[in-house]
Amino acid sequence: MLVAVAVFPGTNCEIDTKYAFEKLGQEVVLVFHKEDKLPEGTDLVVLPGGFSYGDYLRSAAIAKFSPIMKAVIAFAQQGGKVLGICNGFQMLVEARLLPGAMKRNENVHFISQFHHLKVVHNDNTFLRRCSVGEVLNIPIAHGEGSFYIDPEGLKELYAKHQVLLTYCDEKGTPQNPNGSIDAIAGICNEAKNVFGLMPHPERAIEAILGSDDGVKMLRGFLD
Amino acid sequence: MKVIVNIQLKNGVLDPQGKAVHHALASLKFDEVGDVRIGKQIILDVATDDQAKAKERVTVMCEELLANTVIENYTIEFPAC
Repeated sequence: MLVAVAVFPGTNCEIDTKYAFEKLGQEVVLVFHKEDKLPEGTDLVVLPGGFSYGDYLRSAAIAKFSPIMKAVIAFAQQGGKVLGICNGFQMLVEARLLPGAMKRNENVHFISQFHHLKVVHNDNTFLRRCSVGEVLNIPIAHGEGSFYIDPEGLKELYAKHQVLLTYCDEKGTPQNPNGSIDAIAGICNEAKNVFGLMPHPERAIEAILGSDDGVKMLRGFLD
Repeated sequence: MKVIVNIQLKNGVLDPQGKAVHHALASLKFDEVGDVRIGKQIILDVATDDQAKAKERVTVMCEELLANTVIENYTIEFPAC
């Protein structure tokens, strides 16, 4: 599988993301934001974490107009698989590939810690190797990760199994670190080829560093 | 001409910064403050004398980039100079 990881000025998780997919035996290419097309044969595009364009104006507001994003949007619209992690998730909502919007964390702090997540729906590529209700331990690191969507949009997300993950404690009881609506940590689009989450699965791939629960998630994209 | 764009979170969308500032004001005994909402102001220098045309262009700028209309409202003003 060929994984293209997009790199913007201010992106800082591209090497971790590359490392994680290479550890899973996949070929990974870093693609600079000025490129206007994806590498031939790209199977998965990952928009990694960081602070693209300094997060000026709003997180990811400027990144969505990069040349590479036009190619990513076209790729997604043709059914190509796209995963946005943290700042990448913010890009996907800014680019309207995913519904909703991101707001400043409710406590106005940047939160960097391990957090438990509960799998809500697994009938999709990303979480197919996880079970519904399973609790995973994955790091979060964001200042603007409070997911917002209006009540009708939220209803639709649930009806179409687009809610992927919610924040919880180790027993699976809801616990909301950032004020996201319904403690939502990750969603996908209706066609289930575009996935976004604030937590960092690529930072949870070795048990000796606290958790390898991210492997299970990322392996969903592998054959 | 100068164009001022004010951007605020929509009513009903919780403003955590405003809440924190409200709390701080209350702790300074400014008890008369009922609510605080924080927005941002963007001042543009637009190369035209045609106010209607400027408004039309700035509206597109707001829709495309300056505001996230899922959660934010914007107003466009022309300061008297």
